[in-house]
Amino acid sequence: MRQEQFVSQHSEVWHRLSEWLRLNGLNAKDRQASIQTNNLDWYADFDFPSTYRQVCQHLALAKSRQYSQPLLDKIGNLVLAGHQQFYRPKTNLKEKFFTLLLVKLPQTIRQEWILMTISSVLFMGSFIATLIAIQINPDLTYSIVDAGNVAQMEQMYRPDSHARATENREADSDVYMFGFYIMNNTSIGLRTFASGLLFGIGSIVILLFNGLTIGTVAGHLTQLGYIETFWGFVSGHSAMELIAIIISGAAGLKLSAALLRPGQRSRLRALKEHAKIALVMMYGAAAMFFIAAFIEAFWSPRTFIPVNIKYAVGIFLWVLVIAYFCLVGRGKVLDET
Amino acid sequence: MQKLDTNQEIDTPEGIAISLSPVGPIVRAQAWMIDNLIYFGVMSVVGTITSLLGSFGMGIYFIVLFFFYWFYPVFFEVLFNGSTPGKKAMNIRVLHIDGTPVSWAASMNRNLLRTVDFLPLFYAFGFISMLLNNRFQRLGDLVAGTMVVYNPSQVILPEITETSAVAPAYPLDAEEQRAILNFAERLDNLSAERSDELASLTGPLLHKSTAPRQQLLAIANWINGRRT
Repeated sequence: MRQEQFVSQHSEVWHRLSEWLRLNGLNAKDRQASIQTNNLDWYADFDFPSTYRQVCQHLALAKSRQYSQPLLDKIGNLVLAGHQQFYRPKTNLKEKFFTLLLVKLPQTIRQEWILMTISSVLFMGSFIATLIAIQINPDLTYSIVDAGNVAQMEQMYRPDSHARATENREADSDVYMFGFYIMNNTSIGLRTFASGLLFGIGSIVILLFNGLTIGTVAGHLTQLGYIETFWGFVSGHSAMELIAIIISGAAGLKLSAALLRPGQRSRLRALKEHAKIALVMMYGAAAMFFIAAFIEAFWSPRTFIPVNIKYAVGIFLWVLVIAYFCLVGRGKVLDET
Repeated sequence: MQKLDTNQEIDTPEGIAISLSPVGPIVRAQAWMIDNLIYFGVMSVVGTITSLLGSFGMGIYFIVLFFFYWFYPVFFEVLFNGSTPGKKAMNIRVLHIDGTPVSWAASMNRNLLRTVDFLPLFYAFGFISMLLNNRFQRLGDLVAGTMVVYNPSQVILPEITETSAVAPAYPLDAEEQRAILNFAERLDNLSAERSDELASLTGPLLHKSTAPRQQLLAIANWINGRRT
């Protein structure tokens, strides 16, 4: 068949497909208006999949018959636009959220228990080690955190000034701190994950740095005897925040594992597969950073709450979070599509 | 045939190949600059408004800043056909490397890993990565399995000027026929002298005497299906 005949025979189908794609991209109101003004009432009955396949066939024919490049481009663009529509991700976010929360996230964390352990050891290990070391040798504080910051921390948690600093704080400042914690802590978590791509070095450095710093501050304030102000403040949000950092670290290590031991796959392929798993972990970590920020801004600074209740809530949350990751979604099988 | 361009041929499940043209670092940097200007513009407006609300407003500002910084590209890439406003201005978009529209997971990964592409400064890692593969993928793209491509430009089918159709003196193979069609379709963009010159290159196909352009055009009409 000659090109001219081919074009005149099929241009109606091409026109309809491109019109349908255009209308489909509009919102319902504009679409209705456009259908009425342009008299396109065939829109409702249009069989997109079969027309799309038909045009795909036209492209194949046009190519094998060596029709001219502009015609190939025209049909090719139409096929590309149809392809975009046909294979668009059809995500049900609500359903996705619940499977993530109730099955996928805890399962993934359990599946990655080795990396979770490594990340915990790096972070909690450096935290607890400095905490203990400072009880033995208090001067160690100043070789890890600079004196200015130490003084600021002492000021913040000194029992006689602590209540004044927090209780008189207005509700406005709670929102301020909430925003600050969300921005600062979650960003640290996201960077901990991303920098795992540097063969894990970035994640490990951030985990160790944060473990050492937090351990030093905790150790120093404990050693000074600011027990109730400091531990009372941090107990509430500690579970969410510390476990979120550990998960971020493990997600970063998951990326590095693809580079360091890809197994039978190419490194790139391993990386793609690992990144999907790591992202699930990061959804969890980000959510936990948000919850931690909320607790830290609105619950932790309340000094009128007895410190024993704060400890109890803190312990309860640790048990809750660990139970969630250990127990939820066991035995459920997801059909991966 | 030797490959001269950077186009990527993608096989679709329908058994055909579609061609996508990946976007190089310069155009992507321009899109990024536009997005950054929008980012700073919006944040300075938000900052001005929230600063009226004291420390409550600052808290809101931080939250907006956080979401804007990390999720602005994801939001637009997934919900607006792969294009952030900057990409839209440059007429480019993000797709999976198999040509399908970018998913939440892929967009999230490529934008979170932007942090690493930016290292050690000014997207150095991302730039090196783009030069080392044939889809111009930065590290985030490699991990997420995405690439940035040009939107196809609108094609207007060129009209071949109609004249009486003349059969070629001897059979032409497919490639020759195609060359003659391409010539006829481009005729409007060529000067008369240049098109005569090009037409003369066909040699024995034409009568030596006169008007090589018109003669070749007549053959093109014949190839295109006209018979009178």
